[in-house]
Amino acid sequence: METGSARDAGTAGDETAGPVWSGLPPGLLRMRRLLLVVWLGLIAVAIGLLLGLLAGPVWAGFALLPLALMAWGWVLLGRNWRSWRYAERADDLLLSRGVLWREETVVPYGRMQLVEVTSGPVERHFGLASVQLHTAAAATDATIPGLDPAEAERLRDRLTELGEARSAGL
Amino acid sequence: MTTPGVDGAVREKPPLAEHRLHPVTPLRRAWAPVAVLIGWAVHDPDQAQRQLTRLTSTTLVIALAVLVPAAALYGFLTWWFTHFAVTDSELRIRTGLLFRRTAHIRLERIQAVDITQPLLARVAGVAKLKLDVIGTDKKDELAFLGADQARALRAELLARAAGFAPETAHEVGEAPARQLMRTPPLDLAISVLLTGATWGSLAAALVVPPLLWFATHSVWTVLATGLPLLGAAGASSVGRFVGEYDWTVGESPDGLRIDHGLLDRTHETVPPGRVQTVRIVEPLLWRRRGWVRVELDVAGSSNSVLVPVAPREIAESVIARVLPGVRVSEAASLSRPPRRAGRCMPLWWRGYGIAVTDTVFATRHGLLRRSLALVPHAKVQSVRLAQGPWKRLWGLADVHVDTGANKTVTARLRDAEEAAELLRGQAERSRTGRRDALPDRWMVS
Repeated sequence: METGSARDAGTAGDETAGPVWSGLPPGLLRMRRLLLVVWLGLIAVAIGLLLGLLAGPVWAGFALLPLALMAWGWVLLGRNWRSWRYAERADDLLLSRGVLWREETVVPYGRMQLVEVTSGPVERHFGLASVQLHTAAAATDATIPGLDPAEAERLRDRLTELGEARSAGL
Repeated sequence: MTTPGVDGAVREKPPLAEHRLHPVTPLRRAWAPVAVLIGWAVHDPDQAQRQLTRLTSTTLVIALAVLVPAAALYGFLTWWFTHFAVTDSELRIRTGLLFRRTAHIRLERIQAVDITQPLLARVAGVAKLKLDVIGTDKKDELAFLGADQARALRAELLARAAGFAPETAHEVGEAPARQLMRTPPLDLAISVLLTGATWGSLAAALVVPPLLWFATHSVWTVLATGLPLLGAAGASSVGRFVGEYDWTVGESPDGLRIDHGLLDRTHETVPPGRVQTVRIVEPLLWRRRGWVRVELDVAGSSNSVLVPVAPREIAESVIARVLPGVRVSEAASLSRPPRRAGRCMPLWWRGYGIAVTDTVFATRHGLLRRSLALVPHAKVQSVRLAQGPWKRLWGLADVHVDTGANKTVTARLRDAEEAAELLRGQAERSRTGRRDALPDRWMVS
């Protein structure tokens, strides 16, 4: 019975060879890295100047700490960004993320109560938007950050359309 | 009681029969000013005494002459401006004197209907009626209605929600109920006595205040901690007994009927197919008697108990009515996590277990107080697989199943391969399970 219905879903096309995953556009990584560099750079300069002037040039070495943090964060952000991916299947949306703390979420289209596209001022400047799915369970944490606004809107429209077609009561 | 609807302005709509609440309603907030006065007096006793000595009989009379009519007027006006009406698809509540508020509650979305009668309301012969819809809160209850009116209104709302023709909806009347179980008072008393929390809170209330007395020698500290502790002890023993007294579960075409209470009576109706999760809880001390407690989650409803205490067979027969097609014995044959789960959760891993049947996803946790949670596949909102670094090392993962009542049921420490399979399978099962679920209007098929 289970395999039968899986084959049903397969007629939609993307079930035959596993789900088709899409990653996030590089814009998000660029934005996050830029923010990281700007903030930690500022902190490094501030620490270096303050300690250098007040305590002596040797103490200014502490400014290397934020720089090391920056290098580590640079790598971390890259790995985290690569770990995010989503797949639209015939009946549900798959979402996978996290490097150390991995989480994979399946949200059936029929359970979606609301699809939200949000974009803050910084995100807007970089031409990014997030899509957030809400179900009746608040624990469902399905957010796809940093999408291209056009892609976000396409996804929203498609999810809403599929949600309506497959909608079910609580 | 009935006022003619607005028909001058809106011609095309038929006039809506609007109703007012029961005339005793204004009295329900009569205690509020008194409570404020008492609170102020307790908070600042010296000041209160000084003010009291200054009071002369004339100021008292004047204050009364102003306050009482003002309070009465306020109560009367709020009552006068509160209306409700039942349309084919909605319950409309219109209220507010300065800030108008109109709530339209869609009937096919009701998750449960509660009629509650606090002790004083029982004396006055009135009741509160509340529709549980996701998002409703205390403001959306109809308090108060005449007791008979509340029952008739509940029958009408349920009939309309079930999809009966609008003309006949208010003539359908109460659906006949068949009693499924009733808790004997003796069993309830014994079950309360056999609960660890009762004795724990009692012990805390008896031990902590004397210790504090030795440590601080301050009456106020002892009172400030002792009284809440005593209150908690009372609530967990006497309060529970009084609240769960005469617990009756019945079945009717309108759904499940739950009636309970010694002083405050509550009558709850849960329409068919609204139950999101059922939990069977088995405290350690009840195990010898074969008793269980059954809890349920309904979206938007505050009550979570289905059966406070009952022998296992009776509880299972009730569950079979709540979740049609579920055999608990089948769901209770669980598979444990692999042995290496002990590395993540020593000892307690033995309490974990899951089972997946055609109709439900079942998980158990707890070693001393076992709790088995059943989620019908059709109620699953989303499925999540989570794996931290330590679990990755041992090849384990958790699977979370989120339900509509904002509760999450977790299958802990499964083998990673199995968890991935579970995630895929559960998404599939919840999709097929949904297809043959009951419609929202359960009488229309």
